[in-house]
Amino acid sequence: MTAPNFAELTVGDVVAERELTLTRDRLVRYAGASGDFNPIHYRDDIAASVGLPGVLAHGMLTMGVAGSVATDWLGTAGSVRDFQSRFTRPVPVDAAEGARVSVTATIGALDAEARTARIDLKVVFDGATVLGKAQLVAAFA
Amino acid sequence: MATAAASAAASSPEPRAPQLVRLCNNTDRPDFSDRARKGRRYTGRVVNAEIQGRVYPSTAPYLVGREKVREFARAVLSESPLHLDPDAARAAGFADVVAPPTFAVVVQEATLAQLLADPEAGVDFSRVVHGDQRFTYTRPIVAGDELTATLTIAAVKQLGGHSMVTASSAIVDVAGEHVVTAISTLVVRAAEEEDQA
Repeated sequence: MTAPNFAELTVGDVVAERELTLTRDRLVRYAGASGDFNPIHYRDDIAASVGLPGVLAHGMLTMGVAGSVATDWLGTAGSVRDFQSRFTRPVPVDAAEGARVSVTATIGALDAEARTARIDLKVVFDGATVLGKAQLVAAFA
Repeated sequence: MATAAASAAASSPEPRAPQLVRLCNNTDRPDFSDRARKGRRYTGRVVNAEIQGRVYPSTAPYLVGREKVREFARAVLSESPLHLDPDAARAAGFADVVAPPTFAVVVQEATLAQLLADPEAGVDFSRVVHGDQRFTYTRPIVAGDELTATLTIAAVKQLGGHSMVTASSAIVDVAGEHVVTAISTLVVRAAEEEDQA
């Protein structure tokens, strides 16, 4: 992948796409890395007891993975100024199959004076978007 | 933390409806809910609106470790050498590996624990879900940073039977310079009648 060049970006450009599978072991790794040990993210019995369809991915894992698609593309070309997301839809993670998720990063806005790009992140699971207004603003050098 | 989306899955095909789930047996934190209820002197709402504007004491310094950054980067499936390779990070002008943008949640977590432990706030963790999250950076977090966080309750709103708490945690380095502000909206479901006794 070539390093992004701010001058060559256009609103609407799809700059990165990634398909990935969130598995239970991924959830456990994220729990340990983040310190979020809410058991609905690794215990079926507890997830069921609160009426959930099953163990869910952490919203912050989904947001973090989306952020990685953007920052892996960005590399050293710029740095993150702002990153936001709403958590609008759950991602149930099957014990055997995991959850297949796709992330698409699109240039949503450009500010030529500030040399910033807004990267809109669309995360789709099971045909539906799971994050709302997931936007990362990067400042280019 | 449970997400608002998690609650939607529990009951309704409409994902925006903040039908909050009740968590039990949370092994990660003490159960603040009983404590919170004992301190509650009001009924009909979950969160005390008077905590709007409250500023909590700064947290103890958090030393950002290289291996913690790398562990976190791998956990969010990053392949960027900036997050993983100290030599690549140094070549790009950083003192050490750069944390992924959502890493600030690790530092923010101690401030949310303060809110949940505040009996006057009346935030019952078992009724909390994560509505949205934002990070606003002045500079990236780099391994070796010693960070402290100061929580301000930016807003408390009542919406239907629910409370929306906007928790803003300003994170500064050892020189007191701003690094990042982490802002969470927590949605807290109204207490059921049997809980208000």
